[in-house]
Amino acid sequence: MLTSELRPGGRETAPTRLDDDDLELLLLIRHFERNLLDLFSAGKLNGTTHTCIGQEYVPVALARLLDDRDYVFSNHRGHGHYLSRFRDPAGLLAEIMGRDGAVCHGVGGSQHIFRERFLSTGVQGESLPVAVGVALHLKRHEPGALAAVFVGDGTWGEGSVYEALNMARLWQVPLLVVVEHNEIAQSTPTTLQMAGTIAARAAAFGVEHRRVESADVNAIRGLVAPAVERVRQANRPLVLEFATTRIGPHSKGDDTRTEEELRSVRARDWYLAYQKVFPDQFARLDTRQREAIERITRDVDARTPSRWEGSCPGQSES
Amino acid sequence: MPRSERIVENLNAALHRLFAEDELVYLIGEDLLDPYGGAFKVAKGLSSKYPDRVLTTPLSESGFVGVANGLALCGNKVVTEIMFGDFALLSFDQLCNFAAKSVTMYGSRLPLRLVVRCPVGGHRGYGPTHSQSVQKHFIGVPNLWLYEMTPLHDNGAVFAEMLAREEPCVFFEDKTLYGQRRWVDGDDDVFRFDFLGERGQYGRATPEDVDRPDCVVIATGGTAPLALEAARRLFLESEIACHVLVPYRLYPFDIDPISSLLERADHIVVVEESVAGGTWGAEVAQHIYGRLWDRLNDRIRLVHSAPSIIPTAPHLERQVLVQSESVYATVREAIRD
Repeated sequence: MLTSELRPGGRETAPTRLDDDDLELLLLIRHFERNLLDLFSAGKLNGTTHTCIGQEYVPVALARLLDDRDYVFSNHRGHGHYLSRFRDPAGLLAEIMGRDGAVCHGVGGSQHIFRERFLSTGVQGESLPVAVGVALHLKRHEPGALAAVFVGDGTWGEGSVYEALNMARLWQVPLLVVVEHNEIAQSTPTTLQMAGTIAARAAAFGVEHRRVESADVNAIRGLVAPAVERVRQANRPLVLEFATTRIGPHSKGDDTRTEEELRSVRARDWYLAYQKVFPDQFARLDTRQREAIERITRDVDARTPSRWEGSCPGQSES
Repeated sequence: MPRSERIVENLNAALHRLFAEDELVYLIGEDLLDPYGGAFKVAKGLSSKYPDRVLTTPLSESGFVGVANGLALCGNKVVTEIMFGDFALLSFDQLCNFAAKSVTMYGSRLPLRLVVRCPVGGHRGYGPTHSQSVQKHFIGVPNLWLYEMTPLHDNGAVFAEMLAREEPCVFFEDKTLYGQRRWVDGDDDVFRFDFLGERGQYGRATPEDVDRPDCVVIATGGTAPLALEAARRLFLESEIACHVLVPYRLYPFDIDPISSLLERADHIVVVEESVAGGTWGAEVAQHIYGRLWDRLNDRIRLVHSAPSIIPTAPHLERQVLVQSESVYATVREAIRD
């Protein structure tokens, strides 16, 4: 069977205890992004940003299933992906604030980050074919490594997704497509932008598909690890769909959902669940991460502006 | 004396040499496998010799240029073949938003060795969606370099330069050139051929050693034969001396190698096959004005196709596409004015 729903540990079940490291990472992402929204409100940030509040557990669960040889392609909502891989809030905040120490010297900003084998870009669906090319290279030269691409449910409106899945299956490359299906594309509910299902889309290409309902980091790892390993060992592309919730706005202050809808998504927040079930561990780590982010923010804010050496290099020469 | 090789043979040999010399080279596109070898046979023989590195793809221009980007991101040297340049518009996102941007948008330089080959141009009755000269649509994208095949330049050298840039390049190939023979000095009764610039960036045809040409005609590789035919008539009928200059790179326009020649010319004409509006010629003229405004004897004249879609029937296609007669008439008019 190519598609299946992985239900154990669903949202109704109490979460299992996380080790400090996992819970700290979750809280780091949460406080990092809450802080961003505060900075925006205070007029301290330029441009725009997209937070993954509510979805943090997806990259955190996958972080231990990915290694340094793997490429990760992220998207506009990519802070959680970046922080899960590098745990570098200062570098990312400096990037977003245009300060010294920015990962990409302030050129890329929130949604255009490149570091080692991590790359994010702001055009929906564009990364999928690129990841197929990378996966083809890895299959030939670094067997066992994979290319992971984070997309949303809205991304499935783009034709590139289908072109990529077709080639990935034809050429049997180690491609892991992680779908953060949060039921909303910017302001448009999935019911208004997607006919059929992601499972059926994957099935049409003969690509394996798994849907994960759980938000329990431990449970998710146990459920998806064998399928991710098959991507590596058998070069079988996999679509891993997470039923998740975007609790924050699309970018900043642009949430058009009703109060009732928002109450419903907030009630499913992992933050509340871990707080309730493991109050002592949670309180200790939550305070630590909140304070850490406050410290980092003061530090980064005080830095000098980032410098971009050699803007547009090539074309000034002949 | 043996005749010079056909241009498609030179291009095919250039690709064979690339593959033979470097295991990082890939060719990606539609219908590339032997015995077909690509719609214009440019890839002939490659898939038989290098089956792992010639990837024949589904009809997915955006997808396979994306795959090429991914392979280039991993350090490979990737050539893609777009069957008809018209379809390159399907891959514009991958070219403009991924390949070109990635070179600089991450704050430090990210090298990408990618050449997207695009057969372009009309005169073959393929109709509105298979005949366009799409070069102008790609002008002005930072870090995207535009090259064009010419009858003068060795494609092997041009490919070596494009890949050495480590930035994405589009290589336009006028379909009418494939079957023509390369211009080799000594082969022509009227013209001699040489090169200008330290890397021979401009091929040049001159009827004789004239220090001060009556007219400099700057022509794209694809329109070079039309320009040469016009220059031949002008010389044989009236001893009007045109220097025909053919750059292998269209954008960014490189004025340095020809600046002193342009200064000495009475008239300058720029020829391309693109239809009117937002043309390469306008870009070239703007550069020349910027550098030489005080020293020009006459306004620069642009020759291009009509502001129209390209019809299929030969008599209609002829009305729209630039012809040798248009170059001839424009030079005449410049001299008369």
